[in-house]
Amino acid sequence: MFRQFKSLCCASLAGGLVLAAGCGNSREGITMAGSTAFQPFAEKLAEQYMITHPELSITVQGGGSSLGIKSCLSGVAQIGVADLIELPVEAAALLSIVAARDGIAVVLNPANKVAAMTLEQVKDVFTGKIQNWNQVGGEDHAVAVISREAGSGTRSSFEQIIGGVKLTSDALIQDSNGTIRETVANDPNAIGYISHGLVNEKIKSVTVDGYSCTEAEIMAGNYKLVRPIFLMAKKDASPACKAFLEYVLCAEAQELIHQNGLIKVK
Amino acid sequence: MKLNGEKIVKYGLITVAFSALASLLLIAGFILKEGLPFMLKVGVRDFLLASDWDPQAGKFGIYPMIVASLYVAFGAMLIGAPLGVAGAIFLNEFVPKPVMRVVKPTIELLAGIPSVVFGFLGVMVLAPFIRQNMGGPGLSVLAAAVILGIMVLPTVISISSDAIGAVPNSYREGALALGATRWQSVYMVTIKAAWSGIIASIILAMGRALGETMAVIMVAGNTVKIPHSVTDPVRTLTANIALEMANATGMAREALFATGVVLFVVIMILNGIALSTIKTKVRRK
Repeated sequence: MFRQFKSLCCASLAGGLVLAAGCGNSREGITMAGSTAFQPFAEKLAEQYMITHPELSITVQGGGSSLGIKSCLSGVAQIGVADLIELPVEAAALLSIVAARDGIAVVLNPANKVAAMTLEQVKDVFTGKIQNWNQVGGEDHAVAVISREAGSGTRSSFEQIIGGVKLTSDALIQDSNGTIRETVANDPNAIGYISHGLVNEKIKSVTVDGYSCTEAEIMAGNYKLVRPIFLMAKKDASPACKAFLEYVLCAEAQELIHQNGLIKVK
Repeated sequence: MKLNGEKIVKYGLITVAFSALASLLLIAGFILKEGLPFMLKVGVRDFLLASDWDPQAGKFGIYPMIVASLYVAFGAMLIGAPLGVAGAIFLNEFVPKPVMRVVKPTIELLAGIPSVVFGFLGVMVLAPFIRQNMGGPGLSVLAAAVILGIMVLPTVISISSDAIGAVPNSYREGALALGATRWQSVYMVTIKAAWSGIIASIILAMGRALGETMAVIMVAGNTVKIPHSVTDPVRTLTANIALEMANATGMAREALFATGVVLFVVIMILNGIALSTIKTKVRRK
């Protein structure tokens, strides 16, 4: 029995050594960290890029926009991702590019008659000043405001665009774009906001100041609720890292981003 | 050689046994280390009794969440405890043994259903039902309490039913011999004898209800506000940690660990009470 145990130990030790040797080859590693909204896109981009650049190994992590900036500054990640309206001051030391843009759609239940709102009305609804749908041309029902959790990139962008407001304390909080969509789809009096690529037939998006949340209006600069997605790297980053940032801006990569629901930079 | 093997196995098993204890101590130590300094910095009173929670603005009051957690857990007990205890009594006293041998494991299977599934049911069925019939947004204290009440049933039923099953048959026979009806013997003798076990089952279930996270996030609405009616949305302590952990840094992150400390202390107290009720019962025998 003991002999068996000993041989098992030897085997696992040998296995470990082989694995360690396997990792010790010369592939350069790039780690991306930050915004969870961009994470699926980053994964697709990395996958594509590694096909043509087998010498690279790109790892994509989430963690949120603020973590993306921090880990890029500290060097834990070579590339940071942030989906904020503007980068905080500490990010000035970093090289940054806008990789894509994302519209934030204000969404309602399809049963709601309201189809158009002004930015001012959106603001008043989310601060709690407007509490009934009849104040914006709907039926006599209380508004159920649904928001993301504090610290979410989508929420901070949204609040910044509508004017640095304090969310009403009556708001329901959901922790992802998907759950906001489900809640709005279930509640005829709900209002929420989600990334425009995720709007589907179960909910409807309203026009803001007369412009609908479509790609054309966002590209034309008419629809106001838009946020950029930043990729950041240190100024003295490795050539391979900089090459990847350039790749993100090339036509092929932008097309990939576009197909999956975000808006091209140009 | 053989003796050596024995020793290795013995020490190996001791290590494994202690590693469970060690991991508990490590977790407790880690949460306290991360959370306590924050509580002292902000002030325990302010942290526990202020009702503004806005980490970005430096406001860290978890009072509404403590209230919410207790409301939801008590609500769950109002639903789960009577159903569970009644179920346990029925299974032990009124159902033939062979039937019970099938039914009890089936109920225990209920414990294996993942909490997301309960949460999903709550969002899809219960919340719209509450919204249409009672008003409010649907995601509410009531929805969370009902879902949790169902989730704790297996805990209440299996522990109470063990306690009832452990009551010696001579007690029942004695009651019946004195002319008590079956129901009288149940509520005057059996339940009294099994009382501490039943209470322990309810307290343990309450601990489970307080600690449940996923299902609660999905059905409670997560609004940081003291509820005024059962149809108001609330955010529990566990939901607060899970919701904000992903994006929290600095003080906000420490505040979440401090929330964890509060939760840890509450659940430890509950489990302590449950264990001591079970122990007193054993001593009395």
